[in-house]
Amino acid sequence: MRPFRMHMLLCGGTGCHASGSQEFKTALEKELERRDMADEVTVVETGCNGFCALGPVMVVYPEGIFYVELKAEDVQELVEEHVVKGRPVKRLFYKEPKGKESLPHMQDIPFFAHQQLIALRNRGLIDAESIDEYIARDGYQALAKALTQMSPEQIIEEIKTSGLRGRGGAGFPTGLKWEFCAKVSGDTKYVLCNADEGDPGAFMDRSILEADPHVVVEGMTIAAKAIGSNRGYIYCRAEYPLAVERLQLAINQATEYGLLGENILDTGFNFELSIYQGAGAFVCGEETALMRSIEGKRGMPRPRPPFPAHAGLWNKPTVLNNVETWANVPQIILKGGDWYSSIGTETSKGTKVFALTGHVNNIGLVEVPMGTPLRTIIYDIGGGLPKKHRKFKAVQLGGPSGGCIPEEYLDLPCDYEAITKAGAIMGSGGMIVMDDSTCMVDMARYFLDFIQDESCGKCTPCREGTRRMLQIVEKITEGRGEAGDIETLEELAAMIKESSLCGLGQTAPNPVLSTLRYFRDEYEEHIYDKKCRALTCVAMIEFKVDEKKCKKCGLCFKNCPVEAISWEKKKPAVIDLEKCIKCKTCIENCKFDAIY
Amino acid sequence: MAKLKISDLAKIKEQVSRRTSLRNGGAKVKITVHMGTCGIASGARTVLNAAIEELERSGRKDIIITTSGCAGLCSHEPLVTVETQGEEPIKYVYVNDPKMRQIFNRHALEGEVQTQFALARGSEQQ
Repeated sequence: MRPFRMHMLLCGGTGCHASGSQEFKTALEKELERRDMADEVTVVETGCNGFCALGPVMVVYPEGIFYVELKAEDVQELVEEHVVKGRPVKRLFYKEPKGKESLPHMQDIPFFAHQQLIALRNRGLIDAESIDEYIARDGYQALAKALTQMSPEQIIEEIKTSGLRGRGGAGFPTGLKWEFCAKVSGDTKYVLCNADEGDPGAFMDRSILEADPHVVVEGMTIAAKAIGSNRGYIYCRAEYPLAVERLQLAINQATEYGLLGENILDTGFNFELSIYQGAGAFVCGEETALMRSIEGKRGMPRPRPPFPAHAGLWNKPTVLNNVETWANVPQIILKGGDWYSSIGTETSKGTKVFALTGHVNNIGLVEVPMGTPLRTIIYDIGGGLPKKHRKFKAVQLGGPSGGCIPEEYLDLPCDYEAITKAGAIMGSGGMIVMDDSTCMVDMARYFLDFIQDESCGKCTPCREGTRRMLQIVEKITEGRGEAGDIETLEELAAMIKESSLCGLGQTAPNPVLSTLRYFRDEYEEHIYDKKCRALTCVAMIEFKVDEKKCKKCGLCFKNCPVEAISWEKKKPAVIDLEKCIKCKTCIENCKFDAIY
Repeated sequence: MAKLKISDLAKIKEQVSRRTSLRNGGAKVKITVHMGTCGIASGARTVLNAAIEELERSGRKDIIITTSGCAGLCSHEPLVTVETQGEEPIKYVYVNDPKMRQIFNRHALEGEVQTQFALARGSEQQ
């Protein structure tokens, strides 16, 4: 008997048995038989070699090639290629588990590579509940510098040089704000932090407070020195319990260390800081309403002037900045205003934190230099849209006060002016990505509804005007839109913008205006054709199956919660409108847009 | 705690660096569980407890377990960073109780990076 030219050692251990080595063996032997090769190739069953997780496994000699996860279907190819033609089948090879060298470096991952961290510099690096770890990352060094080596004027000058603008949304130059307040005489002044973050989809401030509360404490204390204040409050919404808890701990620790309270760092400077918890009214993010709320009154805005720098909390000169603004201050003092102003664009300096959310792969918190194009943020950092068959439609910036930016403006550099020009606002940094399954009319309705809930009711344009706007938009989404509705919306919007008392009302029509600007055809479609192309507005969906588009996959049938869909293999689905409850589950599950 | 003077800031910095830096201190491995609201909501507390349990079981004194805030990639939470002395930190994503135990036993104890759960090596800032 001549020797076999090839030995195939197939594992016959329990693990490989369980994963189908017997079926593979039978198929292999049969195939060798068929090709009349049974006398030149032998198949041997061996004991377990420990790779049960990747079974069935087989080693082929003389080459010593190690195959894993074999299936009966692989036999044909394996015999044809390897046994007959002598070409081992690479796709079935055992692959070395990737070593850590093969792991990408953080800097190679677009999500991290395009970011530049200033406000978030300590994220993920320090224990938020340990002041020592904050100090180890140069924490309170800026305060020490401001208290011992700088005059109040120098501090303000440094902030002015940096070009830092308010990160709460309006973008007012921070240094100027401090200067106004510093120039007002008076022995009682206040430093406030606005942590009443309320835009749907925004969570920048919460994240900073949770990850790095001391940076806010330090920034505020530096401002206190600059304007001559000894008392500060952080207005944080009660819905952020973890932020409140960590902030309180930070204040306690700083007080214990003498970094707050009397005679800070033995320099004779005093500053006391406490938290005021807001009850969650959106309007209390407006500065004058916020101050009234701290005073213990109902949170409602008042006309400006006088501006808070002259008459703020309890009518005393006050500086109010948002969490992210404060988080930038210590780094500016440490590294200098020139360093900060070297980052960003002509008019917008430094970095901006965005809360990236919606139809995007990497939901999270990103900090990028001002001027970074939206496309970089959404596609490189955000990793693009999760559903392959969906197209990008718009990105919503600035929450209820902001607007939508469509595809053609994605290369816009992100700074205050460019975004405003495109019809949205920088806002606090909420960034909601939307694909083409989003109805723009419905989105405008959502934000109007939000504004209606949150309007404080003090001034008529906001209270009544937004209600009328909501009613009209609701009518349109319900399929009862009429000619003239769009014009009425525009007229109301202009009026509300002009005559509302505070920022909430003045910006409330923005979601409608920006969607009208870029997606007017969708409004018209809703009104005249009674059609919602995104299949969002239930009143305009017929719940019928397009037999041409239906691929007969049965996914709608399997997912329908009320068994209103009948379907058989190879036949298009049929929806029984009597049973249908219009929940849209079928539409969400159809990959071919076959239901309309 | 006595009130600090400016010179104390540098002292604290040095002390903490000695404690948290793996190069000088007694610790060989540092495990950071990221506990922002996003992390906690997706199960970071279970992960932390699993890590602590495994640490107790191992009886090792040279492994530090600590917490930190959100690392930014909220959609991949819970995140855990494992840093071994002299090596680049490794970030793990979508960690749960069994994954944490495996990471602890194979990576922290035996130095074998669990690449199947890992996102990247290195740190965000150079």
